[in-house]
Amino acid sequence: METDQLIRTLAADNTRARPVGFVLALALLAAAPVSLLMFFTELGVRPDVMTAMRNPFFDLKFAVTLALATSAILVSLHLSRPEASMRGWGWLFMIPAGLLVAGISSEMMMPQRLPMMTRLVGQNSRVCMSAIPAMSLPLLAAALIALRHGAPTRPALAGAIAGLLSAGIAATFYASHCTDDSPLFVVTWYTIATALVTAVGALAGSRVLRF
Amino acid sequence: MREREDEWTGLMRSAISGDGAAYHRLLKAIAPVLRAGARRGLARAGQPVDQSEDIVQDILLAVHLKRHTWDANAPFAPWLFAIARNKLIDALRRRGRRVFVNIDDFAETLPGEAAAETVSASEVAARLESLPARQRAVLQSIAVDSASIRDTAAKYSMSEGAVRVALHRALASLTARLREQ
Repeated sequence: METDQLIRTLAADNTRARPVGFVLALALLAAAPVSLLMFFTELGVRPDVMTAMRNPFFDLKFAVTLALATSAILVSLHLSRPEASMRGWGWLFMIPAGLLVAGISSEMMMPQRLPMMTRLVGQNSRVCMSAIPAMSLPLLAAALIALRHGAPTRPALAGAIAGLLSAGIAATFYASHCTDDSPLFVVTWYTIATALVTAVGALAGSRVLRF
Repeated sequence: MREREDEWTGLMRSAISGDGAAYHRLLKAIAPVLRAGARRGLARAGQPVDQSEDIVQDILLAVHLKRHTWDANAPFAPWLFAIARNKLIDALRRRGRRVFVNIDDFAETLPGEAAAETVSASEVAARLESLPARQRAVLQSIAVDSASIRDTAAKYSMSEGAVRVALHRALASLTARLREQ
């Protein structure tokens, strides 16, 4: 085919594609019920949630996970443009990290019933490390499908951010189940679970996000 | 060069808001620049430059299929060159070359160097053969026989809407086939 013919054909095709943000929103809304179903059949909200809500460290978990999910959504959409780089965007991830550090230091300053290591190890580390990745998977798959509408020139990085995004949402669900509220627990086990999902996202992204 | 790129941005803005003629002019204007950049990249990788047209066509397809990722408030050239570079790297990798793409392979093309010419490429045409019959017929009618959407619709007794859908799918599958190779 001659290039002139191709150009004429492209000009004849005036189908409009939807913006990546719209597609990502739809995909996540479609996948969230799957993750929620997993959550309610296997875990469920902790029974003492009404009292727990008065504990600032319980609330902090949501601030951290939601900040992570939001930052990752913004960065994902940015990276779906071919000319995008991380410059000027990486600081967004300092928000969840900073909240966590602030939580750890304020917990350190308060008198505690349990020693530090006991709070860090907690009681739910195994559930945490399996539930967050499991609930992330439907969200990660949806995010990757949606991001294929974009044009990320760094597919592994874009996939990793999609991993952070899905882990952030899954961890938000999980946080309402888990009775370990210490920021030391969160910084350890939530981080390991999130890193796992991020690695899967990077690996999958490097394959499916090429365009 | 600045002026040229501002003109592209203006054309793309009109194109996005539905001006097909502006879009056609833009694609015609960028093709020679892409060709020169692709040749330069191939030469640097020690590859025969006569394969450049395959790369040009793949870049044009990607520009078309990903144009919704361009931010109308941003200049067009950086977006275009990012896609072009990505496609050039991809093409060199598929040829098993160690990839070294100069950032400026595309951006530095001077207007004089980019002689306008129409060249045929074999890769996209070969992928066309593997499309579903209906998509191939529509694409061939519009691309090769220069038929309009309306004429194509009449020829295959389809609605114009169905022709548009088939055409868009055909263009998308041309790119998808590339990924499967």
